[in-house]
Amino acid sequence: MIEETNGHAATTTTNGHAEPVTFTRKDFQSDQEVRWCPGCGDYSVLTAVQLLLPELGVAPENLVFVSGIGCSSRFPYYMNTYGLHSIHGRAPAIATGIAVARPDLDVWVITGDGDGLSIGGNHLIHALRRNVDLTIVLFNNQIYGLTKGQYSPTSEVGKVTKSTPFGSIDHPFNPVSLAIGSEATFVARTHDMDRKHMQETFRRAQAHHGSSFVEVYQNCNVFNDGAFEAVTARDARADMLIDLHHGQPIRFGKERERGVIMNNDGETEIVEVAAVGEDRILVHDETRHDPSLAFCLSRLADSPSQPTPVGVFRAVERPVYGDTMNRQIADAQEREGEGNLEALLNSGATWEV
Amino acid sequence: MGTDAIPSTRDRESLDRVVIKFAGDSGDGMQLTGDRFTEVSAAFGNDLATMPDYPAEIRAPAGTVAGVSAFQVHISDHDISTPGDTPNVLVAMNPAALKACLRDLMPGAAIIVNSDSFETRNLDKAGYTANPLEDGSLDAFTVYEVPMTSMTLEAAKETGAKPRDAERSKNFFALGVVSWMYSRPVEPVSDWISQRFANKPIVRDANLAAFKAGFNFGETAELFQHAFEIAPAVLPKGRYRNITGNVALAYGMLAASRQSGLELFLGSYPITPASDILHELSKHKSFGVRTMQAEDEISGIGAALGAAFAGQLALTTTSGPGIDLKSETIGLAVSVELPLVIVDIQRGGPSTGLPTKTEQADLLHVMFGRHGEAPVPIVAAKSPGHCFDAALEAVRIALKYRTPVFLLSDGYLANAAEPWRIPDVADLPDLRVEFTTEKNHGEEFWPYLRDPETLARPWAIPGTPGLMHRIGGLEKEDGTGNISYEPENHEKMVRLRAAKVAGIAKDIPLLEVDKVEGSRLLVLGWGGTWGVLHAGVYRARARNRRVDLAHLVHLNPFPANLGEVLAGYDRVLVPELNLGQLSKLLRMDYDVDVVGLNKIKGIHFRASEIESCIMELTD
Repeated sequence: MIEETNGHAATTTTNGHAEPVTFTRKDFQSDQEVRWCPGCGDYSVLTAVQLLLPELGVAPENLVFVSGIGCSSRFPYYMNTYGLHSIHGRAPAIATGIAVARPDLDVWVITGDGDGLSIGGNHLIHALRRNVDLTIVLFNNQIYGLTKGQYSPTSEVGKVTKSTPFGSIDHPFNPVSLAIGSEATFVARTHDMDRKHMQETFRRAQAHHGSSFVEVYQNCNVFNDGAFEAVTARDARADMLIDLHHGQPIRFGKERERGVIMNNDGETEIVEVAAVGEDRILVHDETRHDPSLAFCLSRLADSPSQPTPVGVFRAVERPVYGDTMNRQIADAQEREGEGNLEALLNSGATWEV
Repeated sequence: MGTDAIPSTRDRESLDRVVIKFAGDSGDGMQLTGDRFTEVSAAFGNDLATMPDYPAEIRAPAGTVAGVSAFQVHISDHDISTPGDTPNVLVAMNPAALKACLRDLMPGAAIIVNSDSFETRNLDKAGYTANPLEDGSLDAFTVYEVPMTSMTLEAAKETGAKPRDAERSKNFFALGVVSWMYSRPVEPVSDWISQRFANKPIVRDANLAAFKAGFNFGETAELFQHAFEIAPAVLPKGRYRNITGNVALAYGMLAASRQSGLELFLGSYPITPASDILHELSKHKSFGVRTMQAEDEISGIGAALGAAFAGQLALTTTSGPGIDLKSETIGLAVSVELPLVIVDIQRGGPSTGLPTKTEQADLLHVMFGRHGEAPVPIVAAKSPGHCFDAALEAVRIALKYRTPVFLLSDGYLANAAEPWRIPDVADLPDLRVEFTTEKNHGEEFWPYLRDPETLARPWAIPGTPGLMHRIGGLEKEDGTGNISYEPENHEKMVRLRAAKVAGIAKDIPLLEVDKVEGSRLLVLGWGGTWGVLHAGVYRARARNRRVDLAHLVHLNPFPANLGEVLAGYDRVLVPELNLGQLSKLLRMDYDVDVVGLNKIKGIHFRASEIESCIMELTD
């Protein structure tokens, strides 16, 4: 599952070094033994990130990985960067403080469907709404793994788990729909079976200024094996994954014979291209200011058993929370000069005794 | 009206102190009236203490007792430490205000009522079946009936204000009356009105007219027999200003930011009575302060902890209900050993409790309210001005020991004002910290390699080449900080964290005792009760009782000499606005006969309550 190839070595400069420094995958690997279950999809996400980072030219000391609690949240321990393995659900809040305090850092949040959508749902939606400069990667395996197999907020209705012996009665979240509804400026989906797709998606997410949200379909081979197999298996992908590309007609299938249209009811619909004509096929525009179409696309599949869009749903620019906060400070200092404590303490009505 | 504040045409009587309570409907502007009177009195050189008392509902039904908003101010020619037990003068703008405040008055007190408001409708709303101005129920008091509404309307006629708007100026009429009674200078209020309402000339003119009319009414009306003077107090030399606890605390954090060289980051969620710290710090962007109004209490402290990891001075502010929610992050801060100040402005509990009332019932919560062995140092402010010093002290401990620190204040300290001697910036403590920039263990960086003296771990911030490391809430191996589930290591780390906090006792001042010869009774307090305990003890001493006084600012760890101090007394009286939380801690740690004096009414002790308790115990 893990191919041992080195990423492209890129050149960059780090603090304190004038000469260019080349980073390799090894520079981003910590000395800690990776302890996910053998065969876990998390390994391939880790590999994808560690292979990608040398290409991005960010020095390890300028990267911070923040996570909550759950299997995926062990991720920072395996990265030779700064890392904070925090509290269940709270990673977006903690990462917000880091990103706002230090715009010079490249801050990533690693979370899961339980961590990010259940106990931490509130922090996730508010980080997205504020457009904090974070790259948020949500590992969705539709199950609680660390606590050994309870249903999660993305599990399908009827799912039988240890805590739902008669089947889950909860309607699941669609993480991409949730992120778009939360005013996210960058929303994408990828899956753990396609390293190249993951890397290109992460590359775009990291380059985006503001909050970027990436859902990764990730297989839990112990508690929920094969949850995404219907769409991610090598021989199924062509017919079941709708790879979104900006400016391209939304088409898929071995012969690209199927496509997505907006029907007369205002819903997106999968059709045979030959039946409707090429002109009716939607052309993907990830930069549309209005998120409605991106939202419609996120609703094409009710579950990963139907043709499912992957790639970048939405990528728009909006003022970034930390930038605006720091601008207000800079403006105040320009207007009033740097804060003078003595003058402040002596402000208002004073008198001598 | 001239600049001479002292009315010349009537008798003047000299007083050494007076307690005045302004009470009205929550829309009547009583807080503003009290504030103005306080400012003027402070500028005049009186010592003073204030206590606002307002309803939790922003607009409770008008005219009802629930909707009464009051502001009590104690002014004096000598050093005072409490807002006063019972008002000498009550200004009641409507029947509900009279009803709500009457129980606080001693016979003989003066009551100034807005007689226009004592009509059937308002009497009904206040729950009066008969008019108290007519039924003899106020015979024990000196009642001044002043038709404030109609006189305000008359005075404002020339200004062009509509009657409905002009009526709103009646609080300034009341302020004018009281300013005359207590010989306050008029110019500061006039100037303030002119500035504050510069953009609303009609409102400005109506307020000025009402204020002048009230002052002149006092001067000329027959019903006031006396005007009173209160001479300036003798306070230590220096430059003074008025300050509330929340503003002092905010200034203390700005001072700590400057003294540490770290930019301040506040993550907070609005909550009474702590929000004013967020408001105050949000104003001072020129100091490089980052303030974030988070989506909830958890996110507020989470962002602050993130900022600490990134190398900033981290602060979160809240009240008891917020501490409930922040507990998990405080536990993480204990585990990752990063500096973080958590401010708890205590209010009445449990649950939502009494949001606008004061209490000291969070002591055990902050001491023990976390799972696992998770010790956190606690510093408690003792007066509004002391909130400044307490903030600096909390930051000093947090930075030096790399630990979360609780800073306790309360609803009373938060809103109460007192004259504050402005500190010289050059005298503030040096709080500078050094981030770690070099590997500390051969070719490696060990994030948990401790300073042998303080047991603090190194603080290496992101962006530092070569020191990349991962920390988190899982137990860490001593030294390397790697995840460890080893039994021996866990016990070692638990003991190290406990020893680190306990060791702070060596680094805080010994408990000082205000002693008299031969005393066998110690009054020991903590937090916002300092002023009232001081007043109570001195009153008892004036009645020849031998009693000593001490006050704890550090609640965890305690000062190193506390046990020795306690052992010197037969009895220790511990007054607290709770069911005996400090008492419990003292009994736990020391063999001492603690007598608790406990009050849980959402209001402060009265000095007389302390005094009579001391009288009983020393009989």
